[in-house]
Amino acid sequence: MKIIKAYGDTLNDGAIQLSFTLPVPFGGKAKEAARIFVEKMGFHKADIVHAEPLSGEFTFFVAYGKTDNAVDYDEVEYTEAVDKSMSMDEVNAFIKQNFKRKIVIVGACTGFDAHTVGIDAIMNMKGYNHHFGLERYPMIEAMNMGSQVPNEKLIEQAVKINADAILVSQVVTQKDAHIKNLTNFVELLEAEKIRDRFIIVAGGPRISNKLAVEIGFDAGFGAGTYAEDVATFIVKRMYEKITEKR
Amino acid sequence: MAKKLNLSERKIEKARKLAESVTSEIQKYIDLHTTVTVERASLRLLGADGADKNGVPVPNLIADSLKDKCGLGLSRYYLNALVKSAVSPQELNKKIAEGLDISKIDMGDPKAIEKKASELISALDKRINSNVEHRNRKLAQYKENEKKPWIYVIVATGNIYEDVKQAKAAALQGADIIAVIRTTAQSLLDYVPYGATTEGFGGTYATQENFRIMRKALDEVSETEKRYIRLVNYCSGLCMPEIAAMGALERLDMMLNDSMYGILFRDINMYRTFTDQFFSRMINASAEIIINTGEDNYLTTSDAVEKAHTVLASQFLNESFAKRAGMKEELMGLGHAFEMNPDIKNGFLLEFAQALMAREIFEKHPLKYMPPTKFMTGDIFKGYAMNTLFNFVSKATGQSIELLGMLTEAIHTPYLQDRALAIKNAMYVHNNMADFLNEIEFKKDGIIRKRAAQVLDETVDMLAAVKKTGLFKAIESGMFADVKRAPDAGKGLDGVFEKEDGYYNPVETYLKKRLGLTEKAEA
Repeated sequence: MKIIKAYGDTLNDGAIQLSFTLPVPFGGKAKEAARIFVEKMGFHKADIVHAEPLSGEFTFFVAYGKTDNAVDYDEVEYTEAVDKSMSMDEVNAFIKQNFKRKIVIVGACTGFDAHTVGIDAIMNMKGYNHHFGLERYPMIEAMNMGSQVPNEKLIEQAVKINADAILVSQVVTQKDAHIKNLTNFVELLEAEKIRDRFIIVAGGPRISNKLAVEIGFDAGFGAGTYAEDVATFIVKRMYEKITEKR
Repeated sequence: MAKKLNLSERKIEKARKLAESVTSEIQKYIDLHTTVTVERASLRLLGADGADKNGVPVPNLIADSLKDKCGLGLSRYYLNALVKSAVSPQELNKKIAEGLDISKIDMGDPKAIEKKASELISALDKRINSNVEHRNRKLAQYKENEKKPWIYVIVATGNIYEDVKQAKAAALQGADIIAVIRTTAQSLLDYVPYGATTEGFGGTYATQENFRIMRKALDEVSETEKRYIRLVNYCSGLCMPEIAAMGALERLDMMLNDSMYGILFRDINMYRTFTDQFFSRMINASAEIIINTGEDNYLTTSDAVEKAHTVLASQFLNESFAKRAGMKEELMGLGHAFEMNPDIKNGFLLEFAQALMAREIFEKHPLKYMPPTKFMTGDIFKGYAMNTLFNFVSKATGQSIELLGMLTEAIHTPYLQDRALAIKNAMYVHNNMADFLNEIEFKKDGIIRKRAAQVLDETVDMLAAVKKTGLFKAIESGMFADVKRAPDAGKGLDGVFEKEDGYYNPVETYLKKRLGLTEKAEA
C-alpha cells in the first residue's frame, strides 16, 4: 500500500490551490460563501486568499485548502497505448524488416470540427516541436485529409487507398461532440463490417487511451503526443496482428 | 510615430507595387463575375429577409427559383415582384416564405423597376448613414476613454443570451471589442440561418437576429461604461457578402474578412472566394466596418520564424484587394500573430521585430494582433506568462486591435474568470509601460533591425515569385500556409456566374458610386 496526497511543502499535507467564480456580488458574505464551498469539497483549513468582483453579479476567488482524501498509488490501474516509443528511424527499420512494404495511414479531423492543429502536428511533414510528422517517414504513405471531413468520407478514402491505419482527430469537446463523433465512426466501420481491416487511432487534447479504447478504438492519444508515439503504436499493433494470425 | 527599424522605403514600395500587380490579374476576373451569395446579399440589402417553415431563408428561396438567372442579376426579379404585387418588402418576404415563386411573375416595365430600386436604395443609404453616424458620434463622445490597443475578447457559449451576460461582464472589466464566436460549421453553409441561437455548436450562428440582440446589449453597456463597445462577427465562408450585408444593417463594427482564408483553410473554391471578398469588402467599406484579416492562421500551419514573410506578403495582398474594393486604410485591420515556439532563443526579439515592422509599414491601418495559441498547453501558468509577453509586444509596438490570449486556450472555451484575468493582465502591462515605445531605439546592426529587414527582403522575393506564376498558381503550389488548393476544386464553384449582357444590380451600382469606384473604372 502506498497512500498519497497532494504535496504543498510537507509530505502528505494535502495542500491544494483552487480558483473559481461564484454567481454572487463581491463582499464579505461572498467570501464566507466561498470558504464554505471549499470546505464542502472536502478541504479543511480553507483559506480565501483573494476575492474580486468580475461584474455586479459575479465574484472570482483564489483559495487554498488541505484535504484528508488520499489515493492508494499501488491500486491505480493504468495502461498507455505505447510504453516506449521508437524514433523515426527505428520505426522505418521496423517496417522494412517486418512488413517489407510501405504502410499506409490516412487521417483527418472529422465532423464539424475545424481544428487542424492536432492532425497537422502528427501527420504533416514538419511535425511539431522538432518531431517530424508521418509524411516525413520514408516507409509510411501518410495522407492528411484536413478538417471538417465527414466520417463517411474518411472511411471511403481509407478503403480506396487500402489504408493500414486511420487517425481521427477531435479537438472540439463542447457538449461531448467528440465522443458522439468517435462513436459514430466506429459504428460506421462495424456496419460496413470492415472494422478489423484497419487499426484505428483517436487523438485530441481531451482524448485519453482509456476513453478511446472504451469507444472501440485501438488506441487514443492526448496532449503532448508526437508522430513517433502514434507510429510506434501502429507498427507494433500491425506486427501483433500478423503474428497472431500465424 | 517615429520609425525605428530603418526599413528600406524603396523595398516597401516595391512590395506594394508587386502586390498590386498580383491582385490586378484577379480583379479582372472578379469584375466579370457574380456569385449566388453576392446576389443574395444584394437582395438582403434591398429588403429580402425571413425564412420559410423549414428554415430556408427568403434570399435562398429566391435564388433557388432563379438559379439560371444569376448571370443577369437577381435584384430585377425581386424588384419586379414588388412592383407587380404592390406590397412592401416585408409583405413580399412573407409571401415568398409561404410559397410564392417570383420567377413565375412576368417581367414588367423596366422604368418602374428602376424607380422601385432607387426608392429602396435610398432607404438603404439612410440606414447605413445612420449607423455610421451613430458610431462616429459615440466614438467622439467617449474618445477620452479610448484605450490603445483596443482590448478584444471572445464570447463563445453557443447561446446568444448567455453570450450577452459574458459580453457585458467583459466590457465592465475593460474589454473594448466583443467577438461572438460563430458555430464551427457555418462557414460551409451556403445560406445564413435565421433567428436567435440558443443551442449552438462551438458558438452561435451569425444571424441578423443574433447581431441585433448583441448590438442592443453592447449599446447599453457602452452608456454605463462611457466607452463605445465594438461588436465583431465573422464575414467569411460561403456567405461572406450576405454576412457583410447583415452587419452593415445592424451596425457591427468589425468583421473577420480575409481575401484568401476561405480558400486555404476552409477549402472554398478560389474563384468563389475572390469574387465574394470583393463584394463583401465594398459593403464593409460603405458601412465603415473595420475588417480583420486572417494572416495569423498561416502560422498555425506554418512555422512562425521560417514563414514570417508569408504573413507580410499576405498583408500586402489583403491591403491591395481591400483598396480595390474602395476601402480606406483606416478600416484595414491587417492580421498577424505571436506564434513563435517559446523555446526559441530570442524569440521575443523576433516577435517584436515582426510586430513593429507591420506597424511601420502599415501606418494608418488598425493592425490586429493575435495571441499565442499553437504553443499553449494545459500549463495555464506558463500560458499566462506567455500572454504577458504578448501584451508587452502588443503595447510596445503600437498595435491597434489586441485579441487577448486566454490562459485556458488549449483546454476549453474561456471561463468567465479566464477572460477577466486576461483583461487584468493586459491592462496592467498597457498601463505600466504606457510610453515605453517612445523611450526606445534599436541598435543599427542589432537582432531586431536585421530581422525586420530580412523578412521584408523575403517578402519582396515571394511577391515577385507570386507575380511570376500568378496568384491562382501560387495558391495551387502551396505558397501560402503550406496549403495547396487547385483552381477548380473546393466548395462553391457551382455558385459562380459570368455576368451576362444586361446584368443588373442596383446595389452594386450604389456601393461603387458611394465608394468612388465608378469613375475610376471609367477613367
